[in-house]
Amino acid sequence: MDKKTILNQTHRDMGARMVPFGGWDMPVNYGSQIEEHHAVRRDAGMFDVCHMTVVDLEGDRVREFLRYLLANDVAKLKSPGKALYSCMLTDTGGVIDDLIVYFMSDNWFRMVVNAGTTEKDIAWLEQQAPAFDVRIKPRFDLAMIAVQGPNARLKALPLLPDDVRDAAAALKPFNAASGSWFVGRTGYTGEDGFEIVLPESEAVALWRGLADNGVAPCGLGARDTLRLEAGMNLYGQDMDESVGPLESGLAWTVALDDQRDFIGKSALVAQQAKGGLRRFVALVLDGRGVLRGQQKIFDGEREVGEITSGGFSPTLERSIALARVAGEAGDHLTVDIRGKRLPLIGVKAPFVRNGQACIDL
Amino acid sequence: MSNVPSDLKYTKSHEWVRDEGDGIVTVGITDHAQELLGDLVFVELPEVGASLDAGGDCAVVESVKAASDVYAPVGGEVLEINEELVDAPETINSDAYGDGWMFKLKLSDAGELGALLGAEAYAEHAENDDH
Repeated sequence: MDKKTILNQTHRDMGARMVPFGGWDMPVNYGSQIEEHHAVRRDAGMFDVCHMTVVDLEGDRVREFLRYLLANDVAKLKSPGKALYSCMLTDTGGVIDDLIVYFMSDNWFRMVVNAGTTEKDIAWLEQQAPAFDVRIKPRFDLAMIAVQGPNARLKALPLLPDDVRDAAAALKPFNAASGSWFVGRTGYTGEDGFEIVLPESEAVALWRGLADNGVAPCGLGARDTLRLEAGMNLYGQDMDESVGPLESGLAWTVALDDQRDFIGKSALVAQQAKGGLRRFVALVLDGRGVLRGQQKIFDGEREVGEITSGGFSPTLERSIALARVAGEAGDHLTVDIRGKRLPLIGVKAPFVRNGQACIDL
Repeated sequence: MSNVPSDLKYTKSHEWVRDEGDGIVTVGITDHAQELLGDLVFVELPEVGASLDAGGDCAVVESVKAASDVYAPVGGEVLEINEELVDAPETINSDAYGDGWMFKLKLSDAGELGALLGAEAYAEHAENDDH
């Protein structure tokens, strides 16, 4: 039996088609996934992300702990509310999860981790934390709703509690404000917006209020095409414990060039020294068809890799993909779709940001 | 429940067949099928003149979610394909039984029509198949 978020019945009442996802019963769309996608690019849409887990980490040495635990360096977080994207690695440099961590105060940081990895993430945190006297507190009592799009903040602000509204309105990107609710100016769509963390008991009213303000309910389908257009990785598809950040387009999130030691660092340094790393690339299909995960990529007659995430881009009206290919693969690649070889165009991610195409075709 | 017109025949794999008379049939995918697939973004049709066997895969429809084979409900020669779908695959979402038709066949064995499901049997099958 899949788990249900506090918004489950509300989704059904609003006509959602529900699907199993990472052990949860979640809305995939409320009719047209493409219309939901456009709503986020052009106006405002909202996503139930209650299945993701907020984890609070507390202790006097919490910053020291996170500098050791995470591949990105929380020393970059200097003002309260500032957020950082990071991978959490195994000793061998594989990705346990990718997450956002917020600096709340000197003895309190907050993480948001993926739904499907929550259990192993918490087990890993609990294994590592005692050495630093850090307490791990999963916050299963909290709900989370993402409101995304150029008009998202405008439509969400009136619904925020008095004690956080002004601070939320003043937020710079990748910062959060905290009051009776926690509001981050973050997201997973390539658009402006908020991710709002609030008590479960208030989530249905917020969802209904946002809908009344003209925010379109959006399912996991649109969430996937939006993040793909934004060139953002999806854990479990683009990287996992068998593939490290250096081969997943996430080298920019790894702070390798300083004295700091962190879990997985020696493995990454060894990978770099050995060379021959695969490249993580962004691709557009030249012609009709749809790129999908696991389709094989060829350089001439040689198979050089495969697509990790692919799909149809509603904004570009073309098929786009992220893929992992051999380091020495050339620029003229083809993909095998049902036995036919179709040409690919290599581009630089992201494909779309803030409603605008970022690539010339 | 999705729309299942009573004057059409159906397959368990969610194609519909309209008997146009003179041994000619029109084929498409059902409203239930398009609903399950979601927004369609790509359609690959058989070639005019191709000879299809009943039950053989002969076309592909791809939605934002997934690719799905379309099977020939009956055997025959492809007389005409709906080229409009190449540029506007979403027509199948909006009008699965009308403008969203996929191809027309000249039947090789009219008897094969008798093996297809009627509307009531298909509606029941589709309901049980829903997930």
